[in-house]
Amino acid sequence: MWDYTDKVMDHFRHPRNVGFIKDADGVGEVGSMACGDALRLMFKLDEQGRIEDVKFQTFGCGSAIASASALTEMLRGKTLEEAEKLTNQDIAEFLGGLPEQKMHCSVLGREALEAAIENYRNGTIGQVQLEGRVVCICFGVTEEKIERAIRENGLSTVDQVTNYTKAGGGCGGCKDEIAQILERINGHLAVKESQPEVSKPKRKLTNIQKIQLIQETIDREIRPELKKDGGDVELVDVDGDKVILSLRGSCVECRVAQFTLKTLVEPKLKSFVSEDLVVVEAK
Amino acid sequence: MSRTVYLDNNATTMIAPEVVAAMQPYLTDFYGNPSSMHSFGGGVRRQVDQARASVAALFNATPEEIIFTAGGSEGDNQAILGTLELLPSNKRHFITTRVEHPAVREVGHYLRDQRGYRLTELPVDSDGALDLEQLERSIAEDTGLISVMWANNETGVIFPIEKIAAIAKARGVLFHTDAVQVAGKLPIDLKKIPVDLLSMSGHKIHAPKGIGALYVREGTKINPLIHGGHQENGKRAGTENVPGIIGLGRAAELALDGMSEESGRVRALRDRLEKGLLASCTDSRVNGRNRLHNTLNVSFEFIEGESILLMLDEYGICASSGSACASGSLEPSYVLRALGIPFTAVHGSIRFSLSRYTTDEDIDAVLERMPGIVDRLREISPFVQKEA
Repeated sequence: MWDYTDKVMDHFRHPRNVGFIKDADGVGEVGSMACGDALRLMFKLDEQGRIEDVKFQTFGCGSAIASASALTEMLRGKTLEEAEKLTNQDIAEFLGGLPEQKMHCSVLGREALEAAIENYRNGTIGQVQLEGRVVCICFGVTEEKIERAIRENGLSTVDQVTNYTKAGGGCGGCKDEIAQILERINGHLAVKESQPEVSKPKRKLTNIQKIQLIQETIDREIRPELKKDGGDVELVDVDGDKVILSLRGSCVECRVAQFTLKTLVEPKLKSFVSEDLVVVEAK
Repeated sequence: MSRTVYLDNNATTMIAPEVVAAMQPYLTDFYGNPSSMHSFGGGVRRQVDQARASVAALFNATPEEIIFTAGGSEGDNQAILGTLELLPSNKRHFITTRVEHPAVREVGHYLRDQRGYRLTELPVDSDGALDLEQLERSIAEDTGLISVMWANNETGVIFPIEKIAAIAKARGVLFHTDAVQVAGKLPIDLKKIPVDLLSMSGHKIHAPKGIGALYVREGTKINPLIHGGHQENGKRAGTENVPGIIGLGRAAELALDGMSEESGRVRALRDRLEKGLLASCTDSRVNGRNRLHNTLNVSFEFIEGESILLMLDEYGICASSGSACASGSLEPSYVLRALGIPFTAVHGSIRFSLSRYTTDEDIDAVLERMPGIVDRLREISPFVQKEA
């Protein structure tokens, strides 16, 4: 079973804003039953041009339902200009993270939103059209969509592209081409930004967001691993990029606890929160 | 959460209390190495031999024809790789089906892609059945081995192994069957059926995980997968998993003793579940025909399998799905797709698999909860409204 956050499970169990708006101002539809997930998003604007009502219907897994529910919560009260700035990462972060293999659910949400806004502005049928060359025939994923996912999410491997776009997840015949697109885009970035590797774009977190994310990562990713061996860890303080932790349980007596902090705890926090974090033990 | 209703027995089974009791002394008191010269190890050796006889009895085979393995996947791998490499160099054709367990399917792909073998993967029809004439036509001069599972793990569809083995024998081709889902559930008499190799797994018959057996008909040449010792008559190196072997032996005895009564009782429960679900959930269908008595694979249209599983889990009900979203893959079950089941139904497929421990109350729990779950998810689904 997937390791969903409590928030994902809450939105799955109690999806907000399920339903249909008959006289919606904007309707966006993406996906299909053949692809395994589909989302119809509808919104209605108030006199000030803010989203006053938003509803969704979805065919999909737990994280697809949760992503759609989260998106509707995030949209309420926003202008379309504000709404269109939402990224799939925002949806995933709102939910406290999604399994890497399920990131395409957050992308589906963003695409439905774009289709609905497009429908409102231009009266298009509100379905995502395949623009550009289709790279993945199995799931109808275009080169443009792959490029965008790579750029917006800082992707660097074919598996990541598959997780975010589904491209390459069927017969796998397009994987070489996805690798070439990755190389082209990351190569461009390398030249443009004069850096040898393309790292994930840094998230702009407030201190409170950072502390919350650290705590969530400890609870979700780190604590269960330590508990398997009777150990535990607690967050004591965050000082800039310094994360001060206190060891608990069998970790207190463990001779390799420092090794655990540096090889398990710190890499997890770097991966889920910020590359700049350094873990130290409270004395 | 209420009590656990475990209906995922094709994935794994509960270890029988009798099996646990049989194993326990071999985890504590009797830890001798069966290969040791002292009597402390020798006593263990005799019990391992007794367990071997019990497993052999499950197939009406002789103990010498049983190799203990780490499970079904190892057995499948050894059966295929260990025999093909000993065949004449012109026998480089391997025939199997499109619905095999990955332990056979991926070995076939490996042989084709890495070793230059010719591979034939036979299709199945919409009921999940094989065309035996097509199977026979696909046998050629270079065919070395045929591997067809006895029953499918996802649909429970049973293949006519007696006929397939006879076809293979008549053409002088080795025949292996992955019997992981039928061992201990259906009577198997290998004195009457000319199967050359058969693999089975302990944890599907209420023994622990990490133990299984490969039947190798006397006279069949096979190489070990694991080298480095004389154990298992030189066919599988490594100190024996003694507690696992003792457990497997006891599980085989229990299966043999209770098979007849159990299959009838489990079939009645399965049929009640099937009828109840089809009656209470519209737009649902059963996948596969001529199925194992413990397996029910149902597709619920317009909704997605992982969501159903998560909601069932809320009520403590364990099942499985062929939905892509429930696995790491993006492609839904290749088995259900091989039956030609439309994507719309494959995504919403749920497998219920029963065991000797399944009760009437377990079936009641599913029949009580499932209609509500289906309704809830269909209320969210954009496709239900379109169909209305």
